Amino acid sequence: MDPTRKRKLRLVVALSAALLLATALIYTSFSASTEASKPSEIKPGRSYEVTGKVVKGSIRHRGDDLRFRIRDRDGTQSVPVEYTGVVPDPFREGREVIVSGELENGTFVAERDSLVTKCPSKFTKS
Amino acid sequence: MEGVGSACLAVALLTALYAVAASIYGGRTRRRAWISSGRRAMYCVAALSVTAFALLESAFLRSDFSYALVAEGSSRDTPTFYKVTAVWATQDGSLLLWVTLLSIFSTTVLFLTRRSLRDITPWATAVLGCIAAFFLLLMVGWENPFDTLAVPPPDGAGLNPLLRHPAMMIHPPMLYTGYVGFSIPFAFAIGALIARRTGADWIRATRRFALIAWTFLGTGIMLGALWSYTELGWGGYWAWDPVENASVMPWLVGTAFLHSIMVQEKRGMLKVWNVSLICATFTLALMGTFLVRSGILESIHAFGASTIGVQFLVFIGLVIAVSAGLIIARLPYLRSEARLDSLLSREAFFLLNNLVLVGLCLVILWGTFFPLISEAITGTEASVGPPWFNRLVTPLALVLVLLTAIGPMLAWRRFSPSSLRRILTVPLAVVAVVLVVLLALTNAADSPPSLAMFCLVAFVLAAVGQELWRGTVARRTVSGESWPRALARLTGRNRRRYGGFLVHAGIAVLFLGVAASSAFLDQRDVRLSPGESFEVNGYDVTYREATAKLGGDSAGTGAPISFGAVLDVRKNGKHFVLRPSRNYYASSDPSLGTISRFFEGEATSEVDVRWGLTRDFWLAVRPDIGSLEQPIREADAKFADSPGDVQALIIASLAERYRSDPPPAAFRAIASPLVVWIWIGGGIAVLGALVAAWPSPEARLRRVRSLYSARVGQELSRA
Repeated sequence: MDPTRKRKLRLVVALSAALLLATALIYTSFSASTEASKPSEIKPGRSYEVTGKVVKGSIRHRGDDLRFRIRDRDGTQSVPVEYTGVVPDPFREGREVIVSGELENGTFVAERDSLVTKCPSKFTKS
Repeated sequence: MEGVGSACLAVALLTALYAVAASIYGGRTRRRAWISSGRRAMYCVAALSVTAFALLESAFLRSDFSYALVAEGSSRDTPTFYKVTAVWATQDGSLLLWVTLLSIFSTTVLFLTRRSLRDITPWATAVLGCIAAFFLLLMVGWENPFDTLAVPPPDGAGLNPLLRHPAMMIHPPMLYTGYVGFSIPFAFAIGALIARRTGADWIRATRRFALIAWTFLGTGIMLGALWSYTELGWGGYWAWDPVENASVMPWLVGTAFLHSIMVQEKRGMLKVWNVSLICATFTLALMGTFLVRSGILESIHAFGASTIGVQFLVFIGLVIAVSAGLIIARLPYLRSEARLDSLLSREAFFLLNNLVLVGLCLVILWGTFFPLISEAITGTEASVGPPWFNRLVTPLALVLVLLTAIGPMLAWRRFSPSSLRRILTVPLAVVAVVLVVLLALTNAADSPPSLAMFCLVAFVLAAVGQELWRGTVARRTVSGESWPRALARLTGRNRRRYGGFLVHAGIAVLFLGVAASSAFLDQRDVRLSPGESFEVNGYDVTYREATAKLGGDSAGTGAPISFGAVLDVRKNGKHFVLRPSRNYYASSDPSLGTISRFFEGEATSEVDVRWGLTRDFWLAVRPDIGSLEQPIREADAKFADSPGDVQALIIASLAERYRSDPPPAAFRAIASPLVVWIWIGGGIAVLGALVAAWPSPEARLRRVRSLYSARVGQELSRA
């Protein structure tokens, strides 16, 4: 094979490999991603990953159980949450949290250990 | 004094702008006086920003709460170490740290190159001046660290308790030194493009800076992982958080750059690729700062309304536009001096390693920005979790470790299949033995990716060992030196090569720790009362008693209250005691009661880890202070107006109440195999990088000789 054709072939192979990988990247990310929902958007019958703020004065500990209300980031609608498992260090009222689970009889029953707290700021106090 | 600080910054900004103007004028007209003036102006910027930094540092040490920054990030009871380091825990302070480090680095490189690269340095000075001016402008215009409060508060808010960990306080300067370090090769690359001097000169002048930047950035990432492991109370060291990703992306592209510049130095190839890589590295470093500072992706770290997000975005856009425009305009000067002779050559494998590293970076970039991408395309904000990252990164990491073993053994230009047999026989035999042993004696086969990684790590270590062995034997035959002396001399003679080997070995060891600890850890969450016990991975853990400490926790973070537990751990007849605890920091929220504010504030886990070469035992406790709720509320009502010492007594009695009659506490125990090797491997890699960056005696001799001959030439021409 003459060198120019060889170079062209290499280029085509490399480019198509890159294209293939890029497609795989885009496909896997869209299929593996989870949507974040607001507390006001959730309905019974399917599981959600909810992002919202912990309502002030709503946190109650009951043995292993943790109960609190979660509200929209910029709204007042809230949902009661029932959670068991590890509570992250920065969990506080007013903080943004992410929690996965399902709505049952008006209460959001969270999966075990699914609570993630977002820090109000890396460098300053809330 | 606050006026002096602000003035320093304003004068530094003007000086930096002058440096840019003088250097550009000097570069265009080739007037030496203007070029020197621009360079010296950069020295002044360094002096001014160091002064400003010292002023701010002293304000923190004096607890001068008339500064908004001190009031917000420090307090009287903050321990001195954390007062010193709280400077860069604030946004404005970290910008000042950035510009201080940048100006020190710029001064160093400009001083070292003051008599060489005369075409390139004026432009590089201008670029460095622009970067410094941008950060100074941010401070002068929007985020002045010397802003004062009209009414200074009696005490400050204190440093965020989560950050009170030695690793976390050294971590930001390390990262910033890395980010800033990459701006030096970037500036010289741009300088070389403008001056059309696209040979390897700019690389030789700044290669060491790139290596040092890489080392610091890597160290910073390792320290961040250590902080996460020992402070955050969840037991992991890496979570694919945007801020972690932001620091690892420039590191990956920087790694690619350090490899591919060797190809340009040796063969005059990959010129476009190299300038593109360093521009990308610098852009990613800026983006790292931007992601942390703007809170655009709202991760656990990056949050808070930012005042400087737009400015950063504009600057990053400018950097990309200027770099891309210059590279395209100079394409004719960036032609390769040689062709790739064969796919079986070191340069081909370097190219492959570059593609893998850049590919890794693209995967992480895509995953990090996925929430924004998905919102733009589908309208809903969605994110990809750690499983997605792990699935895509694992195969690329395996290929990378494989290349780490093979790459440095290959010859430049072309190698023959017979030489391949010569270098691969021993390492492959080692891999076969390791594979058999692992399959026969351990359950490593449960996780195929980890098993593959173990084999590849053995491959790398065997390959590195073989190279060292062969080199030492060869040297001994020639010189007749003793073994250690021959090895030391061998390394000393070719620091870059053997330092590189050491880095490769360290990275392999690091991946050994990652592969073992990610696939084979045992974790249990339990709830225990004193006297009860549980078992995890053969460890028998018994909760002996609860502890309550007031003031002066063992880690020296200055927490007023600390509740903990003493546990006896037994395994195979061995016994040790762990004392995990949880620190409670007083809240400054005025809506809380005088007593309850001590219990309702921030709380952080003080994990206790029994480090071991084969296995770590990690234990965190979460005391249940719910039983104190009622008495705390009563105390709030009763002692609201009592003097401080009475309140202290009440708090002490509440703590004693917890200690003597503790409700069940929640524990998380993790037995993690080989995890300590992540940091040992990181340490080896840093050592290797230092060996590679250390100037060799031959190079110093050569420099002295060339200076001497230049002096002789000058004298002769005068005579």
